Amino acid sequence: MLPELGHFTLILALFLTALQAFFGIAGPALGRPRWSAAVIPALAGQAVMIVTAVICLEQAFITNDFSVLYVAENSNSALPLFYRVTALWGAHEGSLLLWILLLSLWSLAVAMRSRTLPEAFASRVLGVLGVVSFGFLLFTLLTSSPFARLDPPAPDGRDLNPILQDPGLAVHPPILYTGYVGFAVAFAFACAAMLEGRLDQAWARWTRPWTTAAWAFLTCGIALGSFWAYYELGWGGFWFWDPVENASFMPWLVGTALVHSLAVTDKRGLFKSWTLLLSILAFSMSMLGTFLVRSGVLVSVHSFAADPSRGMFILVFLAIMIGGALTLYAWRAPLLKSPAGFELGARESFLLFNNVLLVIAAATVLAGTLAPLISDALKLGTLSVGPPYFNPTFMLSMLPLTALLSVGIHAAWKRGRLRDSQRALLISFVAAAVAGTGIVFGLYARGSLISLIAATLGVWILISSLVDPVDRWRRGLSLPRAVVGMTIAHLGLGIAVIALTTVQSFTVERDIALSPGESAAVGAYTLRFDGVQPVEGANFNGIGGRFVVSRNGHPVAALNPQKRQFWVQRQVTSETAITVSRGDNILLALGDDLGAGRWSVRMQIRPLVSLVWLAALIMAIGGAVAASDRRYRTARASVAAPSGAAPEQA
Amino acid sequence: MNRFLLPLGIFGLLVVVLVIGIRHSPEKGIIASPLIGRSAPEFSLPALMQPGGTVSTASFKGRWYLLNVWGTWCGECRNEHAMLLRIKENGAVPLVGLDWKDDDAQAQAWLAQLGNPYESIGADRSGRVAIDYGVYGAPETFLINPQGIVVFKQVGAITEEVWTGQILPRVKGQGSR
Amino acid sequence: MRRTAWALLAGMLLGLPGWALDTTVLPDPALQARYVGLTHELRCMQCQNESIADSPVDLAADLRNQVRDQLLQGKSDQEIRDWMAARYGDFILFRPRYSWGNAWLWGAPVALLLLGAWVAVRVVRQREHLLAADPNPDVVEEDTPR
Repeated sequence: MLPELGHFTLILALFLTALQAFFGIAGPALGRPRWSAAVIPALAGQAVMIVTAVICLEQAFITNDFSVLYVAENSNSALPLFYRVTALWGAHEGSLLLWILLLSLWSLAVAMRSRTLPEAFASRVLGVLGVVSFGFLLFTLLTSSPFARLDPPAPDGRDLNPILQDPGLAVHPPILYTGYVGFAVAFAFACAAMLEGRLDQAWARWTRPWTTAAWAFLTCGIALGSFWAYYELGWGGFWFWDPVENASFMPWLVGTALVHSLAVTDKRGLFKSWTLLLSILAFSMSMLGTFLVRSGVLVSVHSFAADPSRGMFILVFLAIMIGGALTLYAWRAPLLKSPAGFELGARESFLLFNNVLLVIAAATVLAGTLAPLISDALKLGTLSVGPPYFNPTFMLSMLPLTALLSVGIHAAWKRGRLRDSQRALLISFVAAAVAGTGIVFGLYARGSLISLIAATLGVWILISSLVDPVDRWRRGLSLPRAVVGMTIAHLGLGIAVIALTTVQSFTVERDIALSPGESAAVGAYTLRFDGVQPVEGANFNGIGGRFVVSRNGHPVAALNPQKRQFWVQRQVTSETAITVSRGDNILLALGDDLGAGRWSVRMQIRPLVSLVWLAALIMAIGGAVAASDRRYRTARASVAAPSGAAPEQA
Repeated sequence: MNRFLLPLGIFGLLVVVLVIGIRHSPEKGIIASPLIGRSAPEFSLPALMQPGGTVSTASFKGRWYLLNVWGTWCGECRNEHAMLLRIKENGAVPLVGLDWKDDDAQAQAWLAQLGNPYESIGADRSGRVAIDYGVYGAPETFLINPQGIVVFKQVGAITEEVWTGQILPRVKGQGSR
Repeated sequence: MRRTAWALLAGMLLGLPGWALDTTVLPDPALQARYVGLTHELRCMQCQNESIADSPVDLAADLRNQVRDQLLQGKSDQEIRDWMAARYGDFILFRPRYSWGNAWLWGAPVALLLLGAWVAVRVVRQREHLLAADPNPDVVEEDTPR
């Protein structure tokens, strides 16, 4: 009965989100505040319903109810309880339910903070969020219900895909989705402001913490996914420029631009229409990602068009939501004018360059991702777009971005006063060049010009990031969390640039065939193979290799990479073994039995690759710190009389 | 013109591309062969059914034929086999087999058991010829005209629809001219 | 078909159940580097979004052998790419050709950069004009002393 209850609560949730959307938007539009009063109860109701649905589905997974199709396809009685719980979002239907749940939770969070917002505005924001919830619920109910029954029930389930049987599944999708979905809040704020015609700085001030928080989650989610792919997929890469990865990276790039343009709008009342557009775009990219991943249009050769009707539904929904928002934008944006000025060397200019470059980067990734579709549509023939396209074109906009960041941080608002910072700029650049050269030639004793440039720019960001807090400290000013957060995030970026440089330039990777007792030299290390032994787990058995990695005759680590064969899906997965030595991330993956005791093994030495993920985490922490700034929470009082430019009404 | 309409316009174009993408997605798994309209790659392979003999493209010049890539390890080939036998019976166009990376004895046993629809079969033990034809999965079938030009490629099993809708009209149309 | 279902998860992973090791060693390090580069930019036709270097299927191994043999015969990278594309179509190339048909793709980043620069210059010019007419000296910072 519980699956039916789950299905029923989803239908109720659909009706409640319809009410939430209608009352939220129509109330203020028709001047009926009492309608708006119904919004929060409707929202609370739909949240309860959705949580109930999730519990019902979890219950089916935990009790191995294989009369539910989705459970039968993605679980098995031998699957450990932990993975039965996380299997809920292991495939399309359940992950969509997770998406809906998170949207509901974000909406609740906004509702709880809505006391600091004018009532009509809060009502509209929640109304727009209701529209988004409604669309996704309708999508679930019409095309992808996770509660469909299987009659007769399966004797046992087909098991969760073995690659997903990993703690990574517990954290990566929920956090990534929290980020994705979080941009819906920025989108809702933008739509509400456009509906109301009230586009003053207050709007930017209210939006900022939400956007920054969503951005932090997305950053963290992408990093976790990259780390997971690194240790689980067996070939040891951490970024493949795959359409699915790009689907999460495009919203991140646009979201990063949005975080920065919001700063300008909040501080100076500038770039209003641009910020508005980015708010719409960031969420559009989330939706587009969902479409690309779930419609099957881009998955290549051997995938079968998942279900064109699903793709069509998301596309229609996308067209209505985003098309509607952009129409509203075309109507409202022309009314936005700001008389404020700034000079070329001012911080505003640098944030403008930041935005232009980030959006170009996102557009480039989009062009590359959609190129196969576009080429097909224009009858230019089939083509593939991979890393040889993305790597150089991405660098084209990212290198200038990192350089401009370091200069821009030295610039003051409005009038840049870069002349005053000339000395500081020069000293920090020389220091960075020295340190960058030290990293490239000192640590790795070789390097290309591009690695030298990139390492220098990375260190320069590290030094420059400290300019703002140090300057404030000298002048005896307070250090608000927004500044601390910004500093942390920029430090993270600097670390990321340095680490990406060393990984790209100095990775050593070799596939070797070894007999027991044999050794091979890989980079500065020696790998010795001591044979294999059988291993056994709850729902798999396999083979583990015994290896010893040493450096200059001193053992560094004993590593035991495994190959596992899962009983139900008969799929073989690779459990890599990883150790870190002197910043080098050493990964071993067991290959094939070559006969007579010989095995092939992959050894990768990726210098500082751990720092790539750590840097992303630092950036996310910076975002979280900035989002918690007190200024945003007491917004209402200070916003009543915005500083700087005069408020404009549309 | 209102420049703020520009995002809407770009978005509209994007949606059009995506709609075309969805429309085409059922054929996504099939990659258009660059060989269509070009000369079929030449080969000369040991004949599977005549020890010591060879099968070569030169001997098919001047007539239509279907080059069918198969292997005993390929499950879908077994499903296709009945159709191949009907094509042989029909007689409109001869079938030439390309036994892809297979064991000769197993292949012979398969044909003894299921019947042999082929006029002749080349044993492509190394898979080198299949690469020249851009084969990436079995079964795949190429329709080659008397001038030795590839005019049609079927990825996956030939069905009745493919036979009557794609292959026969091409062979017949050319013959009546 | 179910195999691909989990790939729909909007995570980082695609439906790649397999991966392969390639213990090929070419006599010359420069040749080896070209071998690694080439095998990583040729798509495995049987699998999803995998290069032939990473793919476990037979055909990928055959194609890797082709790359190796042709390198040893002294063919250039472009000759090998063309050889592959003549058989499998441009779909096999993860590095889109520098052709007129792909000009828009390779040109897009550069064109966008130029467009972006033009927009940025225009906006900054306009704002500098406004600044000249602005009597207020500086931004009022919302700072409080410690």
